[in-house]
Parts: sequence; structure tokens; C-alpha cells
Amino acid sequence: MNIVELRGVTKTYNGHVHALRGVDLTVSTGELLAIIGPSGSGKSTMLHMIGTLDRPTTGSVRIAGHSVLDLTDRQLSALRARHLGFVFQQFHLSPGVSALDNVADGLLYTGTPLRTRRERAASALERVGLGHRLDHKPNQMSGGEQQRVAVARAVVGDPPLLLADEPTGNLDSAAGAEVLKIIKELHEGGTTIAIITHDNEIAEWCPRQVRVRDGLVLS
Amino acid sequence: MKPARLSLSDVFRVGASGLHARPTRVILSALGIAIGIATMIAVIGISSSSREELLRQLDKLGTNMLTVSAGNTVFGEPSKLPVGAVDMVSRIAPVTSAAATGTVSTTVRRTAHIDEAVTGGITVQAATTSLLTTLEGGVAKGTWLNDATSRQPAVVLGARAAERLGITRTGVRVWMGGRWFTVIGILGPMPLAPEIERSALVGFPVAEEELGFDGHPTTLYERSAEEAVEGVREVLPRTVNPENPSEVEVSRPSDALAAKAAASGAFTNLLLGLGAVALLVGGVGVANTMVISVLERRKEIGLRRSLGATRGQVRVQFLSESLLLSALGGVAGAILGALATIGYALSQGWPPVVPPWSIGGAVGATLVIGTVAGLYPAMRAARLSPTVALSTS
Repeated sequence: MNIVELRGVTKTYNGHVHALRGVDLTVSTGELLAIIGPSGSGKSTMLHMIGTLDRPTTGSVRIAGHSVLDLTDRQLSALRARHLGFVFQQFHLSPGVSALDNVADGLLYTGTPLRTRRERAASALERVGLGHRLDHKPNQMSGGEQQRVAVARAVVGDPPLLLADEPTGNLDSAAGAEVLKIIKELHEGGTTIAIITHDNEIAEWCPRQVRVRDGLVLS
Repeated sequence: MKPARLSLSDVFRVGASGLHARPTRVILSALGIAIGIATMIAVIGISSSSREELLRQLDKLGTNMLTVSAGNTVFGEPSKLPVGAVDMVSRIAPVTSAAATGTVSTTVRRTAHIDEAVTGGITVQAATTSLLTTLEGGVAKGTWLNDATSRQPAVVLGARAAERLGITRTGVRVWMGGRWFTVIGILGPMPLAPEIERSALVGFPVAEEELGFDGHPTTLYERSAEEAVEGVREVLPRTVNPENPSEVEVSRPSDALAAKAAASGAFTNLLLGLGAVALLVGGVGVANTMVISVLERRKEIGLRRSLGATRGQVRVQFLSESLLLSALGGVAGAILGALATIGYALSQGWPPVVPPWSIGGAVGATLVIGTVAGLYPAMRAARLSPTVALSTS
């Protein structure tokens, strides 16, 4: 079964900036792939398309069987809440909020009661090896730990598709390896994962590479 | 596929978390609202306390006293009340006590060497011994006139009169109508008869013998049962002056105090307006804080959208944050205003009154301001594209 299907997707900003020029991409359930390309290649726009954060100018996008063009903004929000998890280069954790509550917020928009959110957040933090850091605030943690909290937040709802945008971009190689190890474990657990990166080493580490340049998929 | 609803407690948590992250800014912008609310509550509270004090005073003094004074004849000349007027008034059935004073055309001075024209605004009056009980007044020092001292050169001074003459104790002598009179008493305050406070009072007999007084009273005071006041008022002119009832003027001194209690609102409205302006400025402060907050938190908004928040949920988040912010100010302001009212009222010896409707009004105003101030920033936040979270800049 295909969890991501892009067909002839183009994206044009302001009528003349062509970020994507007709992209086809199919990702089947359980894959681990890297979307690789230099900055300005259109890989971030591809992430927006797959993550339903933006709509294509032309072409069709199907995520988990839902056609993005046919869904309203509210329905897209619900799709993101239940089917997608995001990990960002800059972590985007709430300062002054404990790791547990940062992760619990990953379930905030799924209608889960607070007690259950916290229970599942605790087990998600356990999974990324931070079971002993539940009450720590982001500023009391290293970059690698913060990114692991962000990964826990992305997967606390067990989404079928995880999108990671330069997940190791702000980390040293040891912390980066730690995060990649967790990603690998999630992949082995059955989650479909797409890593957006410009780092060849990380791309080679993935079973499948999708190379993007000038708004087109090369391979 | 339908988005899940946020529970009310989650809306509250999310709104509060935004405030929690920026305590200094929250305190400063809540302060604006607090000052406005405190001003309005204090203005309403202090004026209510002062009105309550007036009503209590009125209650204590009683509203059952009437005064009768000689008016003018149809030719415009000052008329006189008949000599036996007090007795006639006493015979009206509901009247419980009656008294009279008559203006004596002389002056009271510390010595004969002071110019006769310098009266200090003090009137010399003859008074019946029943005056003090009728006015329900008290003596601050010394004694009141009795039947014996009414025949002797003895004088009782009103509180203001004593103050103007510089007399603080009894036993001293004053110069009246060409001879010495001994001060035997000084009266306490007379809120219902301020003219008595400015008088030097002597007995009727001594006034007639020594000061050339003609025995005609100028003012009568009477008290009756509360429910009979209107009836007594009807019959007083004919009783006092059967020949020319239209020359008699009847008045109810407590009406002036009641009018004062009712009129204390005029100044209050002006201050209330000032409070409203302060509140408005506070509201602008909240709106400003919220607009800046939305600008600073673009990434947080994008993150929440990526986690599955709908536009409506983002809007509700910022609206609830704005509401909480102004509610915080409102509660602080209500407490401050109530404390100011209690402090001021106690320092004036008034009963402190903070009307519940003023607190209710403050809560309502706070909610309206929070909503209005938060509406525009919340719309802006909701319109942001989810992709801003991913922009690395």
C-alpha cells in the first residue's frame, strides 16, 4: 500500500518562482527514505506537500489514501493530527515546559484526555531513552536530548508517517548518531519515515534515496 | 475526517501556557486593566460608602422634625409668629415635643471694647428650655438652660459660635446688650439645625427683661410621630398663625440631607468616566501585547498547525490568552479597588460599601475588553500559514 503518492506536482510561488516543476513520488508503507538535495532544490517544498502543510499548484497529492485537494483546511488539520509526525531541525520545544508536557502536546489535537496524553508521553520518552528526564525543561537538556524529546513528541500518537527535516542539522555527530539510531528503531517498528537532508552520509545510511534538484526528482 | 475538539480545560491550559512563558510582560499589561478597574470600583465604592453614611446619619437624626418660620406679609414685610405659638403647636395631638427660638437684635462680644458691627456672624437668640430635647442635640460642655437660668444672665453657645468667639470652657463672661452674661454651656453639633450652631442662646425671660426682646418667636421646632409628619405639616400654618396662615413657612430640614445623598452621583460620573478611559488604555495595552505575541510566536503557531491544530483552535488559543490576561488584571483591580474603598471609608469613619453590581460590572467589562483586544491578534494568528514553522530563518 502506498502511503505517499505525488503525481505531476508543481508549486509556483508569486506566479514566477517555480519550486517544484512536476514531481512524481510514491512511498509505500514501512519505507525509510532520504529526500536529498542542495538548498533551493525544492526539497523543503516537497516536505510541505507530503506534510499537507501547503497545497500544490497543479498535480495531485494523496497521503494515507486521502486526496489533499479534496480536503478542507480543517480536514487537513485532522489528517496531520492522526497520520503525520514532524521533527524539525530547530526542535521547536516550548521553553519553560517540562519534557513530559512538551511530548504530551503532540496528542493535544487528537482529542485524547490529559491523563492519557501524559501516560503515553512518558512511554514515548522511555522509547527515546529519556525516561529519567521527564521533568526537565528544554534549557536543562543538551541539543541531542532536546531533539530526542522532539522525536518523542512526533511519534507519541503512533503516526504511520514520520517526516524529519534535517533532524541532525543542529547536532554534533555523536548526538546526531543517537537520533538516527532512534529513527532506525522506529523504522524497524513499522513507521514509514522520510528524512529531508542535504547530507550525503545520512542519505547513504537510508535504504532509499530520492535526489531532488531544481524542482525535479532525479532518481 | 473531522478534527477533535479541545476540551475547555485544554483551552484554558493552552491559553495560560502562553502567559506563563512571559511573566513580566503579562504583569505589566494586566496592570493597565487593573488600574482602570480599581479606579472604577473605588469611585463607586467610596461614593456608595459616603451615601450610606449620609443615610445612616439621616436615620439617626430622624426625619420627623419640622421647622416653622415667620415668612413675609402680603406687603413684603417680615411677619412675626404669635407669642403663644409653641403652646399651640404642643397641643397638636401627634406632636411629641416643640420648641421656639426668637432672634434678639443685639450682639455677643468678648468685651465692650470690640466694635458692635463685628458680630462674627453669630446671632443672639432667645430659646425655650425644650429646644435641646426637640433637636435631640447634646451639650459638649457645661449645661443647657433650665427654668432658673432662663431668668438669669446666662448664655449657652452653639458649637460654631463658641469657636468664633474663641471660647473653649464655661464660666467665662461675654458682653451682650450692654451687660455681662456668663457662659454656662457649649452645644455639640446640630446637623439638622445649623443655625443653632451659630447662635448664642439665652432664656426667653432674660431676653425680654434685659435685651429688649418682644417675645415673638421667629422659628419653631417640633417633632411628631414619623407617620404623622405630613398631617402635622398640613395643620401647622393654621395652628401657629390662624389669622394669616399663608405668612408661615414650614420646612423639613432632613430633606436637605436626603437631597445631598441623592445628589452625590454627579461628581461620581466624572470620575467613573476617568476610570473608563484608564480601562480603555489598559485594553489597548492588552491588544498591543497580543499582537507582539503573535508576531514572536509564528513558529509556535506553525508547530501547533503541524501537530494538527485547526485555524479555529489557534484562534481560540489566542482569544483565551487575551481573556485570561485581562481577567488577571480585572481580578487584581477589583481587589485593589475594594481595598482602597475600605481604607478610605474607614479613615473617614464611614461604613465601607462595595456594591456587588460594581464587581459584576467590572468582571463584565474585563471579559468584553479581553475579547475585543484579542480578536484581531487571534485572527492574524489563525491566518498564518503552517509552513512558517519550517522556515529556518
